[in-house]
Amino acid sequence: MRRYFGRKLLIYGLTFFMAVTVNWLVPRLMPGDPVASMLARARVAQPEAQEALRVYYNNLFGFDLPWWQQYLNSWGSLFRGDFGISLWAFPTPVADLLTRAVPYSLALLVPSILLSWVVGNRLGALAARRKVLDNTVLPVSYVLTATPYLWLAALMAWGFGVVWGIFPVAGGYSFSMTPSLTWAFVADLFWHWLLPFASLFLVALGGWAIGMRNVIIYELESDYANYMSALGAPQKLIRRYAFRNAVLPQITGLALQLGVLVAGALVTEIVFSYPGLGSLILAAIQNKDFFLLQGAFLFIVLGVLIANFIIDVVYVIVDPRTRVGMAGAAA
Amino acid sequence: MKTEALYFAIRNTKLLVGAGIILVLLGIGVIGPFFIDKPPTEYVGMQMQPPGGEFWLGTNTFGQDLWAQFVHGLRTTFLVGALGGGIAAVIGMVVGFLAGYKGGWIDEILNMLTNIVLVLPTLAVLFILNAYIGVRSAGMQALFIGLTQWPWAARSIRAQTFSLRGRDFVDLARLSGVGSGRIIMREIAPNMSSYLLLTFILLFGGSILIASSLDFIGLGPTDAVSLGLMLQQAHQWSAMHLGLWWWFVPPGAGITLIVGALYVANVGLDEVFNPKLREL
Repeated sequence: MRRYFGRKLLIYGLTFFMAVTVNWLVPRLMPGDPVASMLARARVAQPEAQEALRVYYNNLFGFDLPWWQQYLNSWGSLFRGDFGISLWAFPTPVADLLTRAVPYSLALLVPSILLSWVVGNRLGALAARRKVLDNTVLPVSYVLTATPYLWLAALMAWGFGVVWGIFPVAGGYSFSMTPSLTWAFVADLFWHWLLPFASLFLVALGGWAIGMRNVIIYELESDYANYMSALGAPQKLIRRYAFRNAVLPQITGLALQLGVLVAGALVTEIVFSYPGLGSLILAAIQNKDFFLLQGAFLFIVLGVLIANFIIDVVYVIVDPRTRVGMAGAAA
Repeated sequence: MKTEALYFAIRNTKLLVGAGIILVLLGIGVIGPFFIDKPPTEYVGMQMQPPGGEFWLGTNTFGQDLWAQFVHGLRTTFLVGALGGGIAAVIGMVVGFLAGYKGGWIDEILNMLTNIVLVLPTLAVLFILNAYIGVRSAGMQALFIGLTQWPWAARSIRAQTFSLRGRDFVDLARLSGVGSGRIIMREIAPNMSSYLLLTFILLFGGSILIASSLDFIGLGPTDAVSLGLMLQQAHQWSAMHLGLWWWFVPPGAGITLIVGALYVANVGLDEVFNPKLREL
């Protein structure tokens, strides 16, 4: 178990290291003189912003410093939580913008990921080896999993928001409201959250159902299942054992899908103008606010790594083989 | 063996339906642009026309012909999918074969690299790459997508290679002095050719989905029209609020059809190659 976690943490550490390095290196790979071209591309109106930008860029690129010192400095500012100043929302620090947006993104991501995983697994397990269900659940699942997140979001916003007019199509809460801990505001928040959540949930659902169905079929054909049915065990019991075994690869699958799910949430937020990280990234790209973009990138990487680690812990709790140090989980 | 696969292929509904849809859409994307004499971004007619006789898919708020955009977009989308999926498949094969066949420290290093790129949220990496280096062509976009999508392919190819490595025919080839590269190409790869094809198809579909997200966020190619870019423009000029459903429904449906057909064809092919899965 110590070896298992040690290896995982090593990989996550290296990944974070690589992400920070990429984040540091890519601006330096830009063709031409980066400071001049970025100043030109930033199109900042206020002179104080322009000046701050020039100083910051010169600091960041630090032409008078050797490259290794520039690199170490970037780590230093990272550990101080200094992501720079946003140009789009000058002079708000990038870290403030990001921490304000993260709760909205998490509120969308966590419930939709967990619920789609649980419901999708149930659906897939039900469908496996049951002709009628299989012929309905499977095609629907394939359509859902092939749907771009942004398109389903756009369809739902148009259908429920514009045509029927029962749901709001933009924002995290009504413009007429100020954030407060009243029932009216919480209800409003929930009402704005429902559509983006539903579209994320639906697209993710299909993949889990397909995966679970395939694994369950494989498990139902395995030796232990045949042995049990030869002993006359009820079909329900065999299915329950098969389900418990089939959940393990689905947990691994969840870890592998995290990046895709986060990406889906980002574009869904953009469709609904939901005030999370996705909308910030769009604003950053449209306004050439590179600090904001880089900060968002590091936040996302960090979030995905933490989520991966949580899944690893869950895996150890669920699969006893990893605890006693037997092979069990593949690295 | 070949004729046997063909025998089951032409009797597999999933494969036929999936491949049929893809061929039709591919045909529209490849041949269609030749029948449209004006560039897809030209202002050709009345603004906000619903689908009808002259403009099959209507026009947008600028009076651009959406059918022309759709046809050209299909071409770009297929191109990005095939190129991105192809690049990812090649990298995944090289890494997977090398790691699985060589083993030892090469395997350790490549496996570590695979795991690192696997946990990186690739779309976020692509934001950074695209925003700084600037992707202005569909080829560049495909290259970046290919460079980030290979890890899971490498991982599964490595596992397959690992199980083939100890077989007698591989040992025999090694004893007779055949080099590693030749063994991989002549002994190992042919034994998992069907699996490699399935991997490529999945990477193909995945690349199309990622490209559509990138386009939508405003990091798409600037020298081409793609289905994702149509969606981005529809959103940017609030087609949803204006009720111009013909602007954003067809491109999304096109992407869903292509990717869905690829997945279904993939399941069909799997049944053709794998006797265990056949329903007779």
